[in-house]
Amino acid sequence: MRPIEYYEPPVPSKVNYINAQYGLKSWLLTKDHKRIALLYLGSITFFFFIGGLYALMIRLELLTPQGDFLQSATYNKVFTQHGIIMIFFFLIPSIPATLGNFLVPMMIGAKDLAFPRINLLSWYVYLLGGVITIYALLAGGVDTGWTFYTPFSTTFSNSYVVATGLGIFINGFSSILTGLNFIVTIHTMRAPGMTWFRLPLFIWSHYATSLIMILGTPVIAITVLLLAFERVARVGIFDPALGGDPILFQHLFWFYSHPAVYIMVLPSMGVVSELIANFSRKNIFGYSFVAFSSLAIAVFGFLVWGHHLFVTSQSVYAGMIFSFLSFAVAIPSAIKVFNWTATLYKSSISYDTPMLYGLGFIGLFTVGGMTGLFLASLAVDVHLSDTYFVVAHFHYIMVGGALMGYLGGLHYWWPKISGRMYPEGWGRFSALVIFVGFNLTFLPQFVAGYLGMPRRYHAYPPEFQVFNVLSTAGASILGFGMLIPAIYFVWSMRYGKRAEANPWHLPGLEWRTPSPPPTENFAVTPIVTWEAYEFAPPEETQVVGKFGPELEQI
Amino acid sequence: MADVINSHATTSEAHGHRALQHHFENMEQQREAGTLGMWVFLVTEIMFFGGMFLAYTLYRSKYPASFASASNHLDITLGTVNTGVLILSSFTMAMAVYFTQIGKRRPQILCLILTLMLGLTFLGIKGVEYHDKYRDHLIPGHLIPSSPFLENEAEAEHHGLHLLEGATLPQVEMFYWIYFAMTGMHALHMIIGAGLLTFLLIYSIKGRFDPEYHSPVEVIGLYWHFVDIVWIFLFPLLYLLGRHLEHG
Repeated sequence: MRPIEYYEPPVPSKVNYINAQYGLKSWLLTKDHKRIALLYLGSITFFFFIGGLYALMIRLELLTPQGDFLQSATYNKVFTQHGIIMIFFFLIPSIPATLGNFLVPMMIGAKDLAFPRINLLSWYVYLLGGVITIYALLAGGVDTGWTFYTPFSTTFSNSYVVATGLGIFINGFSSILTGLNFIVTIHTMRAPGMTWFRLPLFIWSHYATSLIMILGTPVIAITVLLLAFERVARVGIFDPALGGDPILFQHLFWFYSHPAVYIMVLPSMGVVSELIANFSRKNIFGYSFVAFSSLAIAVFGFLVWGHHLFVTSQSVYAGMIFSFLSFAVAIPSAIKVFNWTATLYKSSISYDTPMLYGLGFIGLFTVGGMTGLFLASLAVDVHLSDTYFVVAHFHYIMVGGALMGYLGGLHYWWPKISGRMYPEGWGRFSALVIFVGFNLTFLPQFVAGYLGMPRRYHAYPPEFQVFNVLSTAGASILGFGMLIPAIYFVWSMRYGKRAEANPWHLPGLEWRTPSPPPTENFAVTPIVTWEAYEFAPPEETQVVGKFGPELEQI
Repeated sequence: MADVINSHATTSEAHGHRALQHHFENMEQQREAGTLGMWVFLVTEIMFFGGMFLAYTLYRSKYPASFASASNHLDITLGTVNTGVLILSSFTMAMAVYFTQIGKRRPQILCLILTLMLGLTFLGIKGVEYHDKYRDHLIPGHLIPSSPFLENEAEAEHHGLHLLEGATLPQVEMFYWIYFAMTGMHALHMIIGAGLLTFLLIYSIKGRFDPEYHSPVEVIGLYWHFVDIVWIFLFPLLYLLGRHLEHG
């Protein structure tokens, strides 16, 4: 094995991206991708807690079989708004817009994303969409379910469908702009020597995510726009009363909204690839398989939307093909899980908080993925469609997958982002609480759903109560677990131990610049001479000089 | 794109071209990023229009007679003239890019002006067509609440819309919704394009572009060509689809 060339961590500089400029204006007009990432971090956290409040209301209502806490109409709005806020305003932007925004340029050795102004624009677009949606919620809410199925949404629903749709339409463009920026950045801004196969897997997964963002999001945009026109002006292609076809709406909706699940989980997979390799201090097993499986998921993900339409009038032959393709998309996902597991084998694992989330992801994502195969089977789906089994399945992917990866990544890069360490003990404790709370919330829902409890009802037969009590208890633990990181992250910004440039002793480019990094990320454009995840014992590490000696002069 | 357009930026002369933004290594990298960014954006545009093309395809195959009847009422002369206008504007746009690349400012400005004029001509003719539809009560739904769609066949005949066998007015109305949605979205893109051209024109007159820095012209040129190509698809799909059935 050839010795690994390694740069000594740079001398910490007094000036970094956080204190380079002061004042509200310097944040609201910033073009620095790292500051924009923080703007996003604040806003999605806000939306996450709103979505969480709705989840709390759902779980409280379902504690008892009678509909005693919320009226049925209110309950419809609550679950709809939980879905809309969590999906469009938290999960979709979560990792790409925060961690991705912060890290994509740093990991490839660039000074910024290719289009800094467009990056800032995307945040304002997101904010505008968010404000309009919040307005819709305060004005009276929306009760169509996050799926907006016609003709209920266009003709019968007596709630703020158009305002919410407009919010989602606008928000979509922030996603498109982020995806566009990432694709161009990864293609044109890589540092010398940073070849495609030296890219961290986080970058590959963000590239695949961006492909979905730019190919899928415009379709939901035009669909929601047509829906709004249909509702306002009675011109339509979806409402049967106007000669339209509601199934066309479902096709267009799921053409985006199924791949959107991969927008949520692919970045998370990228984070987990980083966590697994770096916290077991071993080169990832089958780098190119993990990299290409991200692209395969992006491609296959566009060909499976019809499995949401198994119980509609969709042709049974189309159903068979969609079922087959849905099974096929499990292959690249399984490749990832196998490769992560093989990476762990005979490695030196350290169980720091990020790794706990990483390991949690593997287990929870596997459960979510496997139950997805139940639902992709035509006959089984007829039984399980619209039951709590579906609810449990997609929460295992969206919370157990996407959210675990997000929290793991946030802990992992927190020293780089904030320049401070989070409290490790509390970190591990809350990771465990979240894991237990999550499983207690959603495992019982698989059983309740299998036994026939339908989703989207505020009252249910008494024999399902035991599962719902367990679920509500779990949700309380989960909610408590989420509060702990929220508190200690804020606490650590002031009181946390100062982070070194490279607290985890890792080879990635983002660890070769101070924590927090200077505005231009690197004092000199780095020249990459190493492969991704190149670990070696200390005696084989050869220091070739200080990294970025000019830093002091800035 | 905005970045590329606004990039009369701050870097010191020693570091290269005055339009080079700080986070790019050189003009070549900046140009590549701008061009690729526009191509990616155009991909999203294809998907955006794609939703409407899908709806068109579905209902045209479902309601062929109604779509043909409705299509026959569109003004084929104006449509053809507009197609010619747009193709010509694509040519002048391409020439504007060429003259920018070789650094000839006068013909560059001339070509930009011509492109802008042709674009506005297209929009003007489109406005005439829209007005004709308004006159003939062919505005679907409550898009204009005071102007309801044709009520019955007699009224349709009176306004020159002949229903072929198997055609119904609600389906004709749907055609007109798809027509207005697609051409309206296209016209919106033309208006944005005209805005971008004005922008280019001002910058050209100020002499901001040179052979080393011409990517804004090139990138907006790509956008302009794309909008033209959308029309090249819209024209036959909307105007020509039922001509052979006209008297059948």
